Parts: sequence; structure tokens; C-alpha cells
Amino acid sequence: MEKFIVGLYNDEEILLKAVKKVRASGIKIHDVRTPFPVHGLDAAMGMKDSRLHTVGFIAGACGATFALSFISWVTVVDYPTNFGGKPFFSLPSYIPITFEFTVLSAAITMTVAFFIRCGLSVVKAPRIFDERTTDDMFAVIFEVDEHTSNDDLDKINNVLSETGAAEIKQKEFGGK
Amino acid sequence: MAAYESSIREPLIRGEKNYKQITTDIVRSTEGVPPLSWWLATGVAGTFAIIYILCVGYTLWEGIGVWGLNKTVGWAWDITNFVWWVGIGHAGTLISAVLLLFRQKWRTGINRAAEAMTIFAVICAGQFPLIHMGRLWLGFFIFPAPNSRGPVWVNFNSPLLWDVFAISTYLTVSLLFWYSGLLPDFGTIRDRAKSKWRKAVYNTLSWGWTGSAKHWQRFESLSLVLAGLSTPLVLSVHTIVSFDFATSVIPGWHTTIFPPYFVAGAIFSGFAMVLTLMLIARKTLKLEEYITIAHVESMNKIILLTGSIVGIAYITELFMAWYSGVMYEQYAFYNRALGPYWWAYWSMMTCNVISPQFFWFKKLRRNLYVTFILSITVNIGMWFERFVIIVTSLHRDYLTSSWTYFNPTWVDVMLFVGTLGVFFTLFLLFSRSFPVIAIAEVKSIFKTSSEVAKKKQAERLQRGEDDSRVLDDDHGHEHH
Repeated sequence: MEKFIVGLYNDEEILLKAVKKVRASGIKIHDVRTPFPVHGLDAAMGMKDSRLHTVGFIAGACGATFALSFISWVTVVDYPTNFGGKPFFSLPSYIPITFEFTVLSAAITMTVAFFIRCGLSVVKAPRIFDERTTDDMFAVIFEVDEHTSNDDLDKINNVLSETGAAEIKQKEFGGK
Repeated sequence: MAAYESSIREPLIRGEKNYKQITTDIVRSTEGVPPLSWWLATGVAGTFAIIYILCVGYTLWEGIGVWGLNKTVGWAWDITNFVWWVGIGHAGTLISAVLLLFRQKWRTGINRAAEAMTIFAVICAGQFPLIHMGRLWLGFFIFPAPNSRGPVWVNFNSPLLWDVFAISTYLTVSLLFWYSGLLPDFGTIRDRAKSKWRKAVYNTLSWGWTGSAKHWQRFESLSLVLAGLSTPLVLSVHTIVSFDFATSVIPGWHTTIFPPYFVAGAIFSGFAMVLTLMLIARKTLKLEEYITIAHVESMNKIILLTGSIVGIAYITELFMAWYSGVMYEQYAFYNRALGPYWWAYWSMMTCNVISPQFFWFKKLRRNLYVTFILSITVNIGMWFERFVIIVTSLHRDYLTSSWTYFNPTWVDVMLFVGTLGVFFTLFLLFSRSFPVIAIAEVKSIFKTSSEVAKKKQAERLQRGEDDSRVLDDDHGHEHH
């Protein structure tokens, strides 16, 4: 059984101020759920930058290298064909496919990496703290357990109401 | 990004809205039973889609001799349709990728439907090279797969092979871009759903999207890089399509102007098709407050720009034919304008060069009837452009005894009309099961570009308050 306290806000500007204040008071935030990307939220939560673009770059570089070397191998080594006396290794005509393959490799790898890193799955039921967080509500979520003192609980509840939370509720997920 | 926007700039979300209302308005079209008009439209489009399948079957059974092709004109409607559909498929990625990089906010109202349209158009385009093979089951020969034929590899120096890579990459990347953008909106539909099966279906479609802050951060990183990749990709696709012609030594085809000319034409026809669809969709799905006259006007400006580029390209072609001093080149263009296909040439000129010039007038740019008629006119013109380029350059070849006139057969015609049926069937199904507008993206421009926000901003200005407030409070705190 896992227990959570969920503070719901109805505006992203209030949410952003609240997250900063919560962080300043030293309480650990479990997660923030929003219906659309809130600009500046990752910085306010002290989140590290995503490294997804690096994945894209590496995959693209690998794709480019593979395409160029494969085409060269086919046209020069494995199956050289004479087209009007032109050189077997004719780089300009390799460029279009190399470019397309670079883009393809980067796009597929990045998307797959995105799904894996976010743990998105068609079978696993997602944890939904409040169904309105994909509509018009912004949730700040705190994890609590038997070690959480009453002082800490009060602190969480106080900071939520002080920062203008429209609603504060508890949510439990059973099992495990 | 500072969120400041002038209060006199036209709002992109009209009416008394809030986040909840935006969700309700957009999700509405996926809820409940579709109206009779939808069933009728889907019935008609579906019938043509079935006719298309039957015609493909007939073509494959009998061979492509059932088309109007002959030994002089070995490429006609099939390649015309292919290029036409690929061209239409350029608007979606242009809107979502290029306009994202240029931070154009009006993109958010139309990108979802335009991307869907792109994917459906590319699917239709891909049909033609495949069925033209005649022996469809040997279609895999176009991929450089290890084989027992030598191994004989595909010809990497051929623009037709580049095309295979360009089109398949374009379809895949557009699909990834579109689908990843749909995840949050499917999540929204799931969380509103009442019935259990609807929840389950949309949860699967959303891959269990939750809207966690870390996921949004990765999501934004993914869409930015995909936009960055798609931008050169979309330009490369029609460039490579134009190489199919430009690298050959046929008068009228062998020109270096083709890549930019084809890309401009593709964007031109793509935006026209987006307008045709969106004008119907905004009315029937009651989305006039999200796809506003301002959106329509912006698209019409792009049609005016790209239409004029296409017009200049036509005139440049004529000039270069004369200036080259090559009699074959000169004849190709003389024959285009005044030969047996003069009617096609002048239809193209009227539809593509003259008709978009009406959009110099603001009144006409903002008139929905004029826009609707012109959007269809443009696509008729763009079909003729491809037909003119292909058939007029081929039908009078190097041997006068081979000169001929191309006539399509009923199979040619029905295959083309059939793909229109496939296209509209797919779009109609999309419009009733997927969110037609990117809900999360529209919400993210609400604070700057909605009528509600503009009103508040105007009130603040009237009270003489500082208007330099930015949405991102980071700056607000640090600099004041």
C-alpha cells in the first residue's frame, strides 16, 4: 500500500510559484502532473535536462556511417557496375539515401528511447492520481508512509493551502 | 520563450473559453454517435475506396495493359497521381515542423489534422509505383535486401531508388511525429471516458500517458528534434521526386530548377488540401473558435507565396528554353503551350498562377467561400501541372513515327478517383475517433493568444499597468 498526498491547482502560474515554494521549504516532491507542458516547470523542480537528443544524435551518426559504408561496399566491392564509364565510387549519388537513412535512424531510435525511458506501455495500467490532470488541473504529489511524522504531514498540507491549492486529497494505491 | 504577445494581434482561440471548455469542445467530435451527414460521406468515400481495390485487382489480374499507356507514353496518370499525392502530403509536416521551429502559434489549431492528411496522402501516393510494377508480389525487389539473385543489388545511383528511401522515410517519420503528439490527447480522452471499454481503448492508444513533468520534458525534447529532422526531410522528399525527372535527358525534364520548383508546388497544393478539409471540418465539427479566420488567412498567405513561386518557375522555364538555344528544348515548351495538350497547359496556368493572385486582397483571403473554391482550383491546377510535365514531354519523342496522343482508360480514371475515396475514408474515420486538434498544444497558447487573455491584457493596459509581464514567472521575479 502506497499513500500519496495530492495538491490540485487550477492554473499553471499558481502551480509554478507553488512548486518553487515547496522546493524552498525542503519537502520532496514525488511528481507533478499537468495537462500540457508548463514552461519553466522542469527548472522549478530542479530537473536535469533530458538527454534524449543525444540518443538521436548518436543514432543519426550511426545511420549515416552505416548507409554510406554499405552503399560504397555494394557499388565498389560486392557488385561493381559500369555506368557509362563513371567511377564506381560516386559519392554525390550516395548522398540522398545516406541523408534519408540518417533521419530515419535518428527518428526511430529517439522515439523508441522516449517510450522506454518514460515506461510507456499498452499493458501496464498507469497510476492516475486525479483524472482531471489531463484536462484542467495541475497536481503536485507527495509520497507519505508510516515514517512520515505528523509534523511533516502538517507541513505538506500547510504549504499546499498557502500556495493556493484548489483541493488537497489523499490517494492510495494498493498491492505490491 | 517569452510569452508576451501584442494585445491587438488577432486571437487564435475565440469565445469565452477555459481549459475544461477546450477539452470538451475538441473531444466532443469523438464522443456520441456521428450525425447522418458523416455516415453519408463515409458511405460515398468508402464506395470509391472499394472501387479502388477492385480496380487494383483488375489491373494486377490483367496486367497494366488495361491502362492507357503505350510505348511512347510509358508513364502517365500513375506517376501524375503519385507526384500529386506526395505533394499534398507536404503541408502536414511543414505546418508541424517548420512552423514549430519558427514558433508560429497558429500552427497549433491545424497541425494535427494536417499531419493526418499528410499520412493519408502519402499512403495514397505509395500505391501508384507499387501497382505500376504489375507484379506487386515482387515489390520487395526495390529494397536492398540480401537475395539469391547473384546477389544483385539495387542501383544506388538511380533517383528511383532514392525515391523509395525518401518516401518510406517520410511516411515513417511523419507517422512517429504524429503519433507521439497524439499520446497526451489520447490520455485526455481516456480520463474523460465513462464506459470501461472506451477507457481501455484510449488507454492503449495513449500507452498509459500520465502527464508527468519528466515525461513532458522528454516529450518536448522529442518533438523539437523530430521537427528539426523533419524540416530538411520534407524539403528533401519533393527534391528527390523531382530528381526522377531532372536526372533524365528528356527535353522539359532535364532542368536544375526542378527541386525548388517542385517543393514550392508541393507546399502550394498541400496547403490547398488542408484548407479544403479544414473548412469542412471546422464547420461540421463546430470548431470555428479554434480554426479561426486568422488561421485561414495565414494559410492563404502561404498559398499566395508558394503559388507565386510556382508561377515564376513556369515563366523561368519558358525563358530558359528560349535562351538555351537548344531547338529540342524550345520545341518541348512550344508543344506544351500550343500543341495538342494546350488545354492542359492553360488549365494549369489559370489555376496555379492566376487564381492565387486573388489572395493579394485581404477581403478575399478572409472570405471562406472564395478560399474554399480556390483551394480546390489550386489542386486541380497542380494535378494538371504534373500531367503536363509528364505527358507533354513524352508524347512526342525522338522518333516522329512514334508520336502519339495519350488517352486514359476507365481503369486509369477509377484508380485516381478511387484513391480520393481511400483518402477521404481515412480522414473521415480519423475525424470521429481521434482528437482533430492538438488539445494540449492549444491549451499551451491559451494564456497568450486566446480572446480571454487578450481581453484581460487590454484591461490591464487601460488601467495603465505595465504590459511587459511575461508568462514565465522566472524572469518576472529575477528582473523586477
